[in-house]
Amino acid sequence: MSTCGMDDKRFLGYAPLRMTSTEFFQQLINGLSLGAFYALIALGYTMVYGVLRFINFAHGDVFMIGAFSGYYLSPLLLPHFTGWMTPLGPISVLVLTMLICALLGIAIEKIAYRPLRSQPKLTVLITAIGVSLFLEYGGQFVFGADPKSFPELMPDRALEGTGALTITTTQLAAFIVTISLLVALTFIVKRTRLGMAMRALSNNATAAALMGVNIDTVVSFTFGLGSALAGAGGILFALSYPSIDPLMGLLPGIKAFVAAVLGGIGNIPGAAVGGIVLGVVETFVGGSAFSTYRDAIAFALLIIILLFRPTGIFGRAQIEKV
Amino acid sequence: MKYRHIKKWILLAGIILSAVASHFSGAINSYYLQIVIFIGINITLAVSLNLINGYTGQFSLGHAGFMAIGAYVSAYLSTEHSTAFFKAFGTNFFSIALLFIGVLIAGGLVASVAGLIVGVPSLRLKGDYLAIVTLGFGEIIRVLIQNTDAVGGPRGYSGIASYTTIFWTYSVVAITIYVVVSLVDSTYGRGFLTVRDDEVAAEAVGINTTRYKVTAFVLGAFFAGVAGGLYAHSTTYINPSGFDFQRSIEIVIMVILGGMGSTAGVTFAAILLTLLLEYLRFVSGYEWLPEIVRRIAQNRVIIYSLVLIALMLLRPQGLFGRLPRRGIPVGGMSASRRTKLPAASA
Amino acid sequence: MNPFTRYIIVSFLFATVGLLALPANAQDVVVGEFASLTGSEATFGVNSSNGVELAKEEINNAGGVLGGRKIRIIIEDDQSKPGQPSAAVKKLIANDKAVAIVGEIASSRSLEAAPICQEAKIPMVSPGSTNPSVTEKGDYIFRVCFIDPFQGTVMAKFALDNLHTKKVAILQDVKSDYSKGLAQFFKEYFTSHGGQIVIDRSYTGGGTDKDFRAQLTAIKAAQPDAIFVPGYYTEAGLIAKQARSLGIKVPLLGGDGWDSPKLTEIGGSALDGCYFSTHFSVQDKNPKVQDFVKKYQGKFHALPDGMAPLGYDAMTILAQAINTAGSTDGAKVRDALANVKNYPGVTGNITIDEKRNATKSAVVLQVKANQANFVATVPP
Repeated sequence: MSTCGMDDKRFLGYAPLRMTSTEFFQQLINGLSLGAFYALIALGYTMVYGVLRFINFAHGDVFMIGAFSGYYLSPLLLPHFTGWMTPLGPISVLVLTMLICALLGIAIEKIAYRPLRSQPKLTVLITAIGVSLFLEYGGQFVFGADPKSFPELMPDRALEGTGALTITTTQLAAFIVTISLLVALTFIVKRTRLGMAMRALSNNATAAALMGVNIDTVVSFTFGLGSALAGAGGILFALSYPSIDPLMGLLPGIKAFVAAVLGGIGNIPGAAVGGIVLGVVETFVGGSAFSTYRDAIAFALLIIILLFRPTGIFGRAQIEKV
Repeated sequence: MKYRHIKKWILLAGIILSAVASHFSGAINSYYLQIVIFIGINITLAVSLNLINGYTGQFSLGHAGFMAIGAYVSAYLSTEHSTAFFKAFGTNFFSIALLFIGVLIAGGLVASVAGLIVGVPSLRLKGDYLAIVTLGFGEIIRVLIQNTDAVGGPRGYSGIASYTTIFWTYSVVAITIYVVVSLVDSTYGRGFLTVRDDEVAAEAVGINTTRYKVTAFVLGAFFAGVAGGLYAHSTTYINPSGFDFQRSIEIVIMVILGGMGSTAGVTFAAILLTLLLEYLRFVSGYEWLPEIVRRIAQNRVIIYSLVLIALMLLRPQGLFGRLPRRGIPVGGMSASRRTKLPAASA
Repeated sequence: MNPFTRYIIVSFLFATVGLLALPANAQDVVVGEFASLTGSEATFGVNSSNGVELAKEEINNAGGVLGGRKIRIIIEDDQSKPGQPSAAVKKLIANDKAVAIVGEIASSRSLEAAPICQEAKIPMVSPGSTNPSVTEKGDYIFRVCFIDPFQGTVMAKFALDNLHTKKVAILQDVKSDYSKGLAQFFKEYFTSHGGQIVIDRSYTGGGTDKDFRAQLTAIKAAQPDAIFVPGYYTEAGLIAKQARSLGIKVPLLGGDGWDSPKLTEIGGSALDGCYFSTHFSVQDKNPKVQDFVKKYQGKFHALPDGMAPLGYDAMTILAQAINTAGSTDGAKVRDALANVKNYPGVTGNITIDEKRNATKSAVVLQVKANQANFVATVPP
């Protein structure tokens, strides 16, 4: 049995990472479930970057709005779904939240980013920071700064038959939803006309415009899609960690960005993989004696990746034409 | 530039004026005194960041990290090691001055080492990536300090001696402005601007962009560190959460508001913003304003963010930045810097 | 227009609007308050300032202080950020001519303001800062709550004597000096009285970390008999839920940071059988407490958490001290404060000791079915 206690002086070395196989697998499961959330948010980042070459700082806050939408919508919607329709209740909350977030994303793009399209990227980046701060502190102003308890949309039980390991129903639901959304997204991007337009745009915008692609529509659609994903992430996150507050999107947003870069920004499966990797690494660090450095790990990982393999795991090098 | 020949005299005048002002500082109330000192510190921070962001075009979002290092190093030295020093030199104006200069410079030097560490990876990164990495560094620095019990960790570091006066603050301001302006205005210094305007072209004509970028970070970090030291010895208490992302953003807003690349603009913006934000405190006390306005005024960050967005939409070159010549956007022209989309359709 | 004209116009606007501040009634006794009304610790600041506001209204309605003078509270928001208390308190003292300062809950921000108040010889009363070094800043600095060394030992004692646990795990908030301090004192008492800390892990509080499964899994592997979680209710509820879902069945222990109606809102049944120490209990049958709860609910339409009654007590003790001193002179009020003995506050019987800390008992509450039930009183 491992005793990862601070009292044991041997510890600053190998022992912090020593653990039983049960602990190892449990941490793996924890890491995977955490990674699923990062993946969902990272997908949105990566999509917007792929099409627009711009990091939407405000993305993490759309995630937060998703959680709050769920919070306010649940008491309104759930009472209508009783009896055999009960499972439809949470699903309707999810769908409606995704819709709200999509609209929010489109609105933000239209108001704050579109007028700046011809400006250098720095300008848009700064605007994105402004939008992010506005959502966060405006949220504090409107919703109140104190954390709210997210309603239990579905019962949270540990699954039977997993032996010494614990997997909860919410963790399972998070997995399932994430994978479904990932599949749906890949389908949209690879098999629909809008998806084709998105890919064209990310490849060469001028050529795409010349081929008749309506840039504004496609950009709006991209934002809407990415924001819907973030909203879904918000609901799932709030289900697992039922304490929501207006500042909750900041750190997950940054970490999801790290995940997206890890996987190769602009690459959809990469974002998912990046999210999982980050979740797992962070969990193992968090369980070790270095738990205080958990947050710094995400940043350290980012710096390492950008130093040694800036295109990420799956990305392709961008050639800069002059 | 117009004042090239008398720059040295302006510097001297600045230092003498601040000494005189300092002498009479006992007369103004301590609150206004604190504001004046904060203004000076913010000017130093803004001008030092302007060197990195404005003149060299490297978008750094972690400036508060350098400030933090300078603050903590100088505070630690002046609190822990001052007794030995004073035993040797006695406690009078000159020994205190010497100690203070010493710890400020020490803080600045350690911060500039951090600037070196941050600057080197930045060489390969551009725009958004650089922004995030510098943000990351800022956070890492903060987390490291938070985990260092020797300087108090999350409890913060208190009991710092109150050495900062108007004289020291504004002498540093004068020196910082002098150094930055002289540097950029020199032949060598033109290199910074070329790195900002078009890095690839600069490399092509033989400018060592690496050296300029690293120099910008190191120098910018140095002055930020000194500003941090001044800050620590003014508030007498520092805490890692005071040097977080929001702090960095405050400085960035000053640089943007002033117009990246204009030292005068940035100075003015620093003064304006510090005053505006303190002013908001009073607004919440005006009982004749509707409640909602007062509550919004209390929440400064909402105001920051709206100012930021409005600024970018309406006047991205800031108050004093030069309007770009036709065809050359504010941040430079290289293809990678511009969004690849044509302008939005009407 | 050229930039300089712009500059002149803006400055002119500032000046005119600045002069429009209404003059205050010179008879009022101005008390300054600084609190975190916005930012990451806004809940504590808002609630404690609510308590202060309630107290002020009561006092003024009952005739004010010093024979009819009303108390005027000028409150400054420090945004939960360091650097702000310094400017806020200086403004309150120099500009608003406050005769005393009430604040803050967070020890770090009290530490920043304390030297300023001390130097200006203005008494400062902290409602809820528990770090010992706050009152060490000078003889003008007081607090109406107990300090971390005491609270840490309270739970340690409780764990050893009442729960008979010998192996405890610690999960502390690395971002909070309060949490670290509490953990440290708990550890000291616990280990020096025969207990063993089997594992010590941390998280970043303030709403940042929501997932504690990594730390909890490691804790579970160390097999403690109880887990000490000296953090805030914002995390405690989540930690309890995640612990239970991981199959950890041992009780969780906490400090007054748990004290809020939101604790059970978030944690629910996962908290059944857990204990925490605090200043008072909403269920306390003491009429003073019930009276306070009713008044608070009437004015703010919510149940008070742990900070509100502390703010209330800070203000009422200050008002009483002003009356005892017979003037608003800093030194006299200071002396009156130092002599407060057995004051019947909402948060207990308060005596200010020679270190200017409040000597009062702590209560230990047990959580069951969304209620915190009184279990024991631990005297100093």
